[in-house]
Amino acid sequence: MAKHKTPLLDQLESGPWPSFVSDLKQQAEVRAKNKEKVEFQIPEDVVEDLLGILELSFKHGRTHWKHGGIVGVFGYGGGVIGRYCDQPEQFSGVAHFHTMRVNQPGGKFYTAEYLKQLCDLWDFRGSGITNMHGSTGDIIFLGTTTPQLEEIFYEMTHNYNQDLGGSGSNLRTPSDCIGQARCEYSCYDTQALCYHLTQEYQDELHRPAFPYKFKFKFDGCPNCCVASIARADMSFIGTWKDDIRIDQEAVQAYVGGEIAPNANDHSGRDWGAFDIQKEVCDLCPTECMWMEGDKLMIENKECNRCMHCINVMPRALRIGKETGLSILVGAKAPILDGAQMSSMLVPFVKAEEPYDEIKEVIEAIWDWWMEEGKNRERLGELMKRQGFQRLLEATGIAPDPRMVKEPRSNPYIFWKADEVPGGFERDIDEFRKYHQR
Amino acid sequence: MAFVSSGYNPDKPMENRISDIGPKKYDEFYPPVIAKNKGKWLYHDVIKPGVLVHVAESGDKVFTVRCGGARLMSTTHIREICEIAEKHCGGHLRFTTRNNIEFMVDEESKVDPLIKDLESRKFAGGSFKFPVGGTGTSITNIVHTQGWIHCHTPATDASGPVKATMDVLFDYFKEHKLPAKLRVSLACCLNMCGAVHCSDIAILGYHRKPPMLDHEYLDKMCEIPLAIAACPTAAIKPSKVEFGGEKVNSVAVKEERCMFCGNCYTMCPSMPLADQEGDGIVIMAGGKVSNRISTPKFSKVVVAFIPNEPPRWPKTTDVIKNMVQAYEKGANKYERLGEWAERIGWERFFEQCELEFTHHLIDDFRDPAYYTWRQTTQFKF
Repeated sequence: MAKHKTPLLDQLESGPWPSFVSDLKQQAEVRAKNKEKVEFQIPEDVVEDLLGILELSFKHGRTHWKHGGIVGVFGYGGGVIGRYCDQPEQFSGVAHFHTMRVNQPGGKFYTAEYLKQLCDLWDFRGSGITNMHGSTGDIIFLGTTTPQLEEIFYEMTHNYNQDLGGSGSNLRTPSDCIGQARCEYSCYDTQALCYHLTQEYQDELHRPAFPYKFKFKFDGCPNCCVASIARADMSFIGTWKDDIRIDQEAVQAYVGGEIAPNANDHSGRDWGAFDIQKEVCDLCPTECMWMEGDKLMIENKECNRCMHCINVMPRALRIGKETGLSILVGAKAPILDGAQMSSMLVPFVKAEEPYDEIKEVIEAIWDWWMEEGKNRERLGELMKRQGFQRLLEATGIAPDPRMVKEPRSNPYIFWKADEVPGGFERDIDEFRKYHQR
Repeated sequence: MAFVSSGYNPDKPMENRISDIGPKKYDEFYPPVIAKNKGKWLYHDVIKPGVLVHVAESGDKVFTVRCGGARLMSTTHIREICEIAEKHCGGHLRFTTRNNIEFMVDEESKVDPLIKDLESRKFAGGSFKFPVGGTGTSITNIVHTQGWIHCHTPATDASGPVKATMDVLFDYFKEHKLPAKLRVSLACCLNMCGAVHCSDIAILGYHRKPPMLDHEYLDKMCEIPLAIAACPTAAIKPSKVEFGGEKVNSVAVKEERCMFCGNCYTMCPSMPLADQEGDGIVIMAGGKVSNRISTPKFSKVVVAFIPNEPPRWPKTTDVIKNMVQAYEKGANKYERLGEWAERIGWERFFEQCELEFTHHLIDDFRDPAYYTWRQTTQFKF
């Protein structure tokens, strides 16, 4: 018998898509029965109360969670978000319901053995409710009490060799796409770079010293599966410099209909026979492809690596061999001054250990942002406030037309004295000798 | 419920402390076929919706079965995922950026038994636990935020509208029938933990009433200068207010300047915005992050407001379904929703999606607004 009636939530149990309500209910039942005889360290009925308070929100059309309190583990300024409900008498099981962010492994690969260990820990010391995964990429443990925080951290670090992720004005937990682990498009090892920088910057991840949050995301190619260009203060997007590799026989197999285009992605509808001219050459944004008889020709120098032709014919076309990444900076969600995407800063850099060139850019940007950034000002907002030129000065990177969509359409250039012969110091008396008042 | 110590000694927190160790290393978890062929993949194919094969230079193949799931997940459910991975996949699995679960096997013969097993599992309420799909030109899982389950600033729920929307779009998850991929995302307020601002279709929670002022507690609970500085439109100023016969320090809000971002509430809990009638959903459309053919695009606001209608948000899901159907009918092969809207023109987009164009949809927020007005005589009747 459920502790709280949930007539509104119950309506989300039907329909084909996996129901989180059904899942919460099964969890509530598992805890109530406690077949494994777990010595629960937080209230056994925590999930019942979670369902109850969510039902109340469905009724009121408003959340029942208060602002976070300041809770955490000793020596860290992030990784734990304090959470309390505003109806603790009615829902005592979730009166304290803190979140812990657990730094996910690269590519979100797991073994069942490891996941079950995390489940054991979280059933014992928390609610057993998670997000797989949070928006930034962490494993999210939803709901435990203050006394359990240090205990969980101790067990995690001592028994599972696992650390917390970031929150607050820190480096947030970096995340990556599946990359070379299982994708032929990936221009660098996203997981290796993500892991390397996560380890390198553990101090920045755990101890808030920044004006606001800072995110790294790693996309292996311009398809941008982790949306780094929209979500990361620094977006690392794989690219290549040399020629697209062509297998002309495979091109013919696509033309002849032996291989379905776009990796068979359009299989649910009859789009007619594949037309390489219409579907590949004519859609190329730089018009750098054409057919010469049976052969597909590419003027590679004019290619802007949009990935369309490679996506359409993955068995015939491959990314080049001289690979690396572009660094774009400054993406953020709308709050406060409107949404921003990342802007091109470093068109090409090799992605090879120990990644010194990449770290130089990161650290120069942090120095500038920590010096000039206002409280709660994201990098992208600082760039808008002070201008792209300041970013170039801070990083020592030379201007390049690849950094802009187009040059400025106003002539209001902030010339500096040393850019103008003779500087700005002038003699008005000398001027007046030739120009009467 | 006796307290059980982990070994941590609260009197000596630094004793045997381990910190700054970071995540587990990714390669501890690679399935053998992935470890062996990493960086040497040749090509992939989507055998059918939800099933991928990647072929390596060595001739090895890895077959991936992708299934959807709620990102809000219990340990009971995770244990079931583990059981499936142990039964079919040598104990290996992964999650995708969009909260799908991927089971990988190294032989084609293992695919069908795995799918059969996944599709046979249902929750007590009748929904699928592991629906297979979400590849290619389908609509894959919706990425989303916390909503009413755990957040203090939401203007709508997250898991609820996502479940309702995916139920409505379920056929599109299971089939490859769209012109290109279509990504739906939800953020329950414009803090956008989920950064939905570059999605084909974005569901965004939004407040519409200025903050209430809890004068009695405001100065006790908040740093007033921080609350004032938090406002991007300078709508908040300090004020002295009569309360209980005393003058107390508080703030005043110039209501016509408020665009309901909620940043003041983030800084000051005595300025809540949440309201049953005020809060609801904004629908945005036409964004993308991929660089394919056209450059990445922001999503545009196409419906200014839909009320919250728990538990199933029917108006929201109707609008989304209409938009998807219009796109399915009208777009060319490979064309993303935003590319289609730009080709036919936004005036035609509103017509084809049967959406009303109201004054709310014309940008009036600062300089970028001008660049969205039409400085040409080219338009369609």
